[in-house]
Amino acid sequence: MDFQLTADQRALRDGTRELLARRFGRDRLRAAVDAPALDRGLWRELADAGFFALRLPEADGGVGLGLPEAVLVFEEAGRALLPGPLVAGQLLAGAVDGVATGERIVALCDGATDPALWEHPADCDALIFLDGDAPAHAARAYRSAPADVARAPFASVDPLTPLARVTGPACTVPQPGLDVPRLRREAALLTAAQQLGSAARTVEMAVAYARQRTQFGAPIGSFQAVKHLCAGMLVRAELARAAVYAAAVTEDALDVVGAKLLADEAAVRNARDCLQVYGGMGFTWEADVHLHLKRAWLRAEWWGGAREAEERLADALAG
Amino acid sequence: MDLAYTEEEEAFRARLRSWLAEVLPKLPPPPAATDWPGRRAHDAAWQRMLHDAGYAGLHWPADAGGQGATPTQHLIFLEEAERAGAPYVGANFVGLLHAGPTIAAEGTAAQRARWLPPILRGEEIWCQGFSEPDAGSDLAALRTRAVRDGDDYVVTGSKIWTSHAEVADWCELLVRTDPEAPRHRGISWLAMPMDAPGVTVRPLRTLAGSTEFAELFLDEVRIPVGNRVGAEDDGWRVTMVTLSYERGTAFVGEVVACRRLLAELARTARADGRWDDPVLRRRLGRLNAEFAALWRLTQWNVSEAQGAGGVPGAGGSVFKLRYSHARQELYDAAAEVLGGRALDADHPWVAGRLSALAYTIAAGTSQIQRNIVAERILGLPKGR
Ligand SMILES: Cc1cc2nc3c(=O)[nH]c(=O)nc-3n(C[C@H](O)[C@H](O)[C@H](O)COP(=O)(O)OP(=O)(O)OC[C@H]3O[C@@H](n4cnc5c(N)ncnc54)[C@H](O)[C@@H]3O)c2cc1C
Repeated sequence: MDFQLTADQRALRDGTRELLARRFGRDRLRAAVDAPALDRGLWRELADAGFFALRLPEADGGVGLGLPEAVLVFEEAGRALLPGPLVAGQLLAGAVDGVATGERIVALCDGATDPALWEHPADCDALIFLDGDAPAHAARAYRSAPADVARAPFASVDPLTPLARVTGPACTVPQPGLDVPRLRREAALLTAAQQLGSAARTVEMAVAYARQRTQFGAPIGSFQAVKHLCAGMLVRAELARAAVYAAAVTEDALDVVGAKLLADEAAVRNARDCLQVYGGMGFTWEADVHLHLKRAWLRAEWWGGAREAEERLADALAG
Repeated sequence: MDLAYTEEEEAFRARLRSWLAEVLPKLPPPPAATDWPGRRAHDAAWQRMLHDAGYAGLHWPADAGGQGATPTQHLIFLEEAERAGAPYVGANFVGLLHAGPTIAAEGTAAQRARWLPPILRGEEIWCQGFSEPDAGSDLAALRTRAVRDGDDYVVTGSKIWTSHAEVADWCELLVRTDPEAPRHRGISWLAMPMDAPGVTVRPLRTLAGSTEFAELFLDEVRIPVGNRVGAEDDGWRVTMVTLSYERGTAFVGEVVACRRLLAELARTARADGRWDDPVLRRRLGRLNAEFAALWRLTQWNVSEAQGAGGVPGAGGSVFKLRYSHARQELYDAAAEVLGGRALDADHPWVAGRLSALAYTIAAGTSQIQRNIVAERILGLPKGR
């Protein structure tokens, strides 16, 4: 047993962090808030860096890495608040032409959730819809051209993630080559990885702010009430990290459910505590805190929310 | 990231399992919680069995009489021992997990030879005399005085919350040898024989009704200077070196036990017709995720320690914080499953609920742990 990142895994994480800092720094993030259309140039660059082809075999032009590596990359994406249907890109790279290379942008919509939401509808070249009426093990995937999907407008709480509500079952052309239960499980795990990245980032933001902001003649980070908020944030993030990384290694369905539950909680509660540490500044549009919170809310609803997760984990206990 | 155990580790596990299966049925039943001499004898006998089978001081360095096992092997040992229902380290806690490792790290050859083998054989029990009435969280405020007189220190003062003091042979004692020096600089570490003249033990009753800990009154107790481990006035450092070890793997077995209890709660709730209560179900489901993750965090911390040559990292405080609260939540959930029976003090889950209350206080309160995490890991400025 050696449950630590390998040197290669650390290098992958650091390389991804650098790439995102260079290509999607704060200016780009704030520009995306004002104009959330996806940057196709950036999307192709992400593809070139292996973002989507990471787990495809090298013979097929992929990088040949595994789920733990994908999790590390998605953790970085979560840190940077990188927008777009990234999970879909990673999971459909082997099934839909042009996704691995970043030429086509495809979104995933889970018909089992209510409302069934579609992210970045204006940017997508296709939508893969997971049938929500069939029992989970028999669910199938369908592919639609965006123009063919019946939808209603939906005012997304997250300014970085435009949404539409899918109103009719987009179950026309079956999309072959997808194992839907596995797709859902991996989507949950990669979403949890993004939540972990966000949770870790808001700890850093809170700590940096607490060291620099002075009140009563001292940095607010020297006040215990603030200190203890920050410590609690770290504990949440580190517990989620252990769960998410372990689930990436075991690929066990229940491990994934537990990891998503803890990562959702870490991302949402850490963003809330970060907001508190920022004071009035935290309540502004200008600060990035709300962007973490809103995205965390969104991800927490997708691919298994708290109620469903807790019920599954309870069932497993009573077994 | 690799969660699979190596062939060597699996072989170790298999050997251990078959040994446990062979010896545990021969063990007498555990004595009552209030029967201290019985508990001491029980814990000592188990330690002796471990010793004779080559499992004593697994994680201690080989030159201290230990087995020099890796942190992962130690983890496997604790996991398997708990799974098999082996006795807990019990009265040997301080000897095996704190005083012993301190002597191994800082003691002279003669000191190691005198004190370590009897700990490993379960022959001598140690207790920890650190806390004082006016020095709890602020341990460096301790005032118990040691005045040099020839080859002895003459020690006067009092200690409190000393676990297992009633049955201990030795006490690892922190005393003030230089009252003029800055607080952390004037402290020394002494091994005090509990039968020395001038030592009075007054058991204190815990809220669980038993006498787990005691007050120690020290009235001109003579302790040979040769019983000092480390340099005079260097006791703070000597102590801190090993205090972190205490937090590395101390709770491994307990996490295994908590997961077993959780499954028992769910089965009981179902059998009692409580399973249609979604609030209870979700509460237990969440705890399932929590304890599964705590187990992974343990594996993470142990792997980190292994990479760092056995020295545990700061992750111990993160773990302790979350675990101690999770344990309390677990027993609160047990009370919900029990309903009115949660008022029955004889129910083992009720006893567990009471003793869980100590977890956010003992070995550094949750507030102190948060200070440690905030200042040492996150680098926030020290408070005033
Ligand atoms: C079951 C049990 C067994 C024990 N066994 C031993 C033993 O064998 N040997 C031994 O030496 N000791 C032992 N202890 C003592 C234990 O280490 C102390 O109880 C602990 O360190 C807290 O000290 P205190 O009780 O004096 O509480 P205090 O330090 O008085 O704390 C009271 C409250 O104030 C808070 N507080 C104190 N300082 C701060 C601060 N700076 N910032 C924020 N909050 C603060 C604490 O968190 C706590 O909530 C044991 C305790 C228990 C409960």
